[in-house]
Amino acid sequence: MNPHRLLSPLTLVHAAAGGLAALSLAVTLWSGLDQRGVALAFGVLVTVGELTGWTGARAREAAPLAAAGALSYALLGADAGQPTRHGVFQVVAVVLAAALLGSVPHIARGRGPALDHLARRVLTVGFAAVCFQPLCGQGAFREWGGPAYALLLVALLSLTALCDAVLAAALAHSRTRWPFGPLLRDELRALLGIGTAVCATGAVMALAVAVVGLWAVPVFSLPLLLTQLSFRRYAAVRATYRQTITSLARATEIAGYTPTGHARRVAALSLAVGRDLGLSGPELTVLEYAALMHDIGQLSLVDPVPAGATAVLPQAEQRRIALLGGAVVRQTGVNSQVAAVVERQADPCAEQPVEARIVRAVNAYEEKARDAGPGGPLTALEELRLAGPGEYASEVVEALARVLSRDCLTPAQAG
Amino acid sequence: MEAVPARARAYVACVVVLALLCLSPQPSARTPWWAVFLLAGLYAGCEQAAARWRFAGTFYPVLLAGAFLLPPSAAALVVLPGALLSPVEQRPRWLRRVWRAAQLVVGVWAAARVHGALGGQDTVADSDFPYALAPAGAAVLAFCLVLSVLDGGILTLAERVPVRRAWRGLFLRSLAPVAVHGLAGLMMAVLWRSPYGPVAALLVLLPMCVSWWVFAQYHRERAAHQATIRALVQAVDIKDGYTRGHSERVGQASMMIARELGMPDERVEMLRFAGILHDVGKLGVPTRLLRKDGPLTAEERRVIELHPEYGHEMVRGISFLGEARAAVLHHHERLDGSGYPYGLTGGQIPESARVVAVADAFDAMTSTRCYRRARPVPVALEELQRCAGTQFDPLMVEAFVRAVARHGWHPAVTADEAHPPPPRPATPSQPEARL
Repeated sequence: MNPHRLLSPLTLVHAAAGGLAALSLAVTLWSGLDQRGVALAFGVLVTVGELTGWTGARAREAAPLAAAGALSYALLGADAGQPTRHGVFQVVAVVLAAALLGSVPHIARGRGPALDHLARRVLTVGFAAVCFQPLCGQGAFREWGGPAYALLLVALLSLTALCDAVLAAALAHSRTRWPFGPLLRDELRALLGIGTAVCATGAVMALAVAVVGLWAVPVFSLPLLLTQLSFRRYAAVRATYRQTITSLARATEIAGYTPTGHARRVAALSLAVGRDLGLSGPELTVLEYAALMHDIGQLSLVDPVPAGATAVLPQAEQRRIALLGGAVVRQTGVNSQVAAVVERQADPCAEQPVEARIVRAVNAYEEKARDAGPGGPLTALEELRLAGPGEYASEVVEALARVLSRDCLTPAQAG
Repeated sequence: MEAVPARARAYVACVVVLALLCLSPQPSARTPWWAVFLLAGLYAGCEQAAARWRFAGTFYPVLLAGAFLLPPSAAALVVLPGALLSPVEQRPRWLRRVWRAAQLVVGVWAAARVHGALGGQDTVADSDFPYALAPAGAAVLAFCLVLSVLDGGILTLAERVPVRRAWRGLFLRSLAPVAVHGLAGLMMAVLWRSPYGPVAALLVLLPMCVSWWVFAQYHRERAAHQATIRALVQAVDIKDGYTRGHSERVGQASMMIARELGMPDERVEMLRFAGILHDVGKLGVPTRLLRKDGPLTAEERRVIELHPEYGHEMVRGISFLGEARAAVLHHHERLDGSGYPYGLTGGQIPESARVVAVADAFDAMTSTRCYRRARPVPVALEELQRCAGTQFDPLMVEAFVRAVARHGWHPAVTADEAHPPPPRPATPSQPEARL
């Protein structure tokens, strides 16, 4: 570990969250809970939200219901017309305790506490509560009209969501060292989906509890629970879809046209290069699918190409196989962009879309590097750099070199 | 319904007259016009947006909020602009629009009437929970009941669905989604009347919209997934020209056996996939061998007999296929242990594989191959029964014979067709509850 890692955003975020959590717990233990009924109701809501949440690898917000419940507790100014008295520290302490309680089964199943998730939750809730509770406690909003108050809540929640996106992108950046810009862009885009639902539910629940009291909590959780269910099913079908595409990609390997694991390795490396070049989420999906299926055209050949190495074939033959592959991919019903990328993977790089450039360069690298023994990766990279103009896009080759030197994807003996 | 029968038109006309009666204002009630305009505009806007971005949803929460806030005739008025302007894909467009508007007007009117009669307006105004839930629940029941009765009627008259089948399940199926919409509508109504006003009420719609949007995405992705499974099969067709359509037909036959054995729907679906994918391992067999015309040598036969293992190797990563994966591996096993790849006997062979084996043999016999002509269905069934007990599981053979006797054998894709017809939706045509 190099010393400057100590001050990475990861450490900072964890330290800040830890400090806030410890301070809140201490103050709350010292002064006791105010309005226990309200605290209990929201605590139960957050716990249930965490329990029903899922720990999908690609989920932006793993427990939308818990997030909405925590935010609405932070922005709660009244309970059935009576002003509330819980302060910032109580909000953070209750949310933290409930979130910890809710993640017990996840820990028991051996997945470990998601520290990043907890840190984000504590910090965003703390932020919303700090913005709202002190002013509310002093009665600053008493003269405001009802609609203006509602809009204020929405504005505060949007601000909180933005902060959360920045936080999430920073955490992901320091964990994976992918570029920060595209990560933030993906986080912000995800806000439009589940983020909108979470913010709207948070605001509505805070308002509704102010009007009708705690009855609003179960009634209002229902629509968001449905949203959560839809997201879950969507995530599930996406996961199976990826499995099927991967299996389809393996067809060429089983048929003996390409070496085992080639498609998977090209896909993984292409994704890394795509991230380095700053592609967005949907573009990365297209890239991944195209990379998985880039050799599928070989299925139409009566006799296999030796070792499946297409990069050494004559240009016209490469393009013919690419077109055949595009025809197969078009039948699969995936996004037509995927088929376009597969079709154009052998074109001169000036005419290619960026995904096709990546697939072409990474495929050539994989084919050249895999049998070359020690030093193969470096030789292969050098060959790509020295290839004729228009073969491999130089920015892609440079990104590939960066990825390889960074992620240690090269075999151990290469270094 | 290309040509709408006259009695269906008469039925629609009756419902329209009923709707007009619902719309006529009661002299005693004072109508809050700005609320009517706002809600009607909101409903129309939402319907247009839903059509443009292809959500799967109807904005019942807005309509039910209207029913909880307004007197019956005014609440029914909220429906009109949205329903009459809504985009309709199938012809006749205007008839469909008018029908939809009239149906919803009657439904909303009934809901508002029931809600008002139970004193719901006051509970909403005082945000008197949990007592506000009772009239709202009754109103949702009324709404749902009216819609399903009217829907059943049009199904009977226009599509000639038998009355009992038209009504069965219509009410129960729609009750749960409408109840959720009712809760959202109630919350909208309560917030609308609260000091926070309509702005807060609008926020209630956002999570529902997101939910519909995701639901639509889910359906799109699922359709793409089904197409990909088919592509796996078509990849086999590319290599092995004359078995075209074989996979689909084996899937169909497997499904018939599973149905006949009374398996639950998910297993039936699983066995369909098992049938469709059973030969996917032929992708691993050299094309020259698959297309060879003459008799095969022992060596070549051995290579071809590797295809179940290749197939299993391919699909084992697809977790949703479940037991279909075992069927891919074992569909050439025989009951007496003389099959391949493992030579399992009797009950050692997974049930799914025993189903697919029967379906596979039947389709192989009834379709034309280059070395012989197709046999007629009764001859093939007799042959299956002759081999039951040695090669096939008698239980599966009996089930298949019964199924063919009952439904006949109508393969969706025949071997002579050059191109298979466009894929049908994979689930048995059963409308999913839209939430």
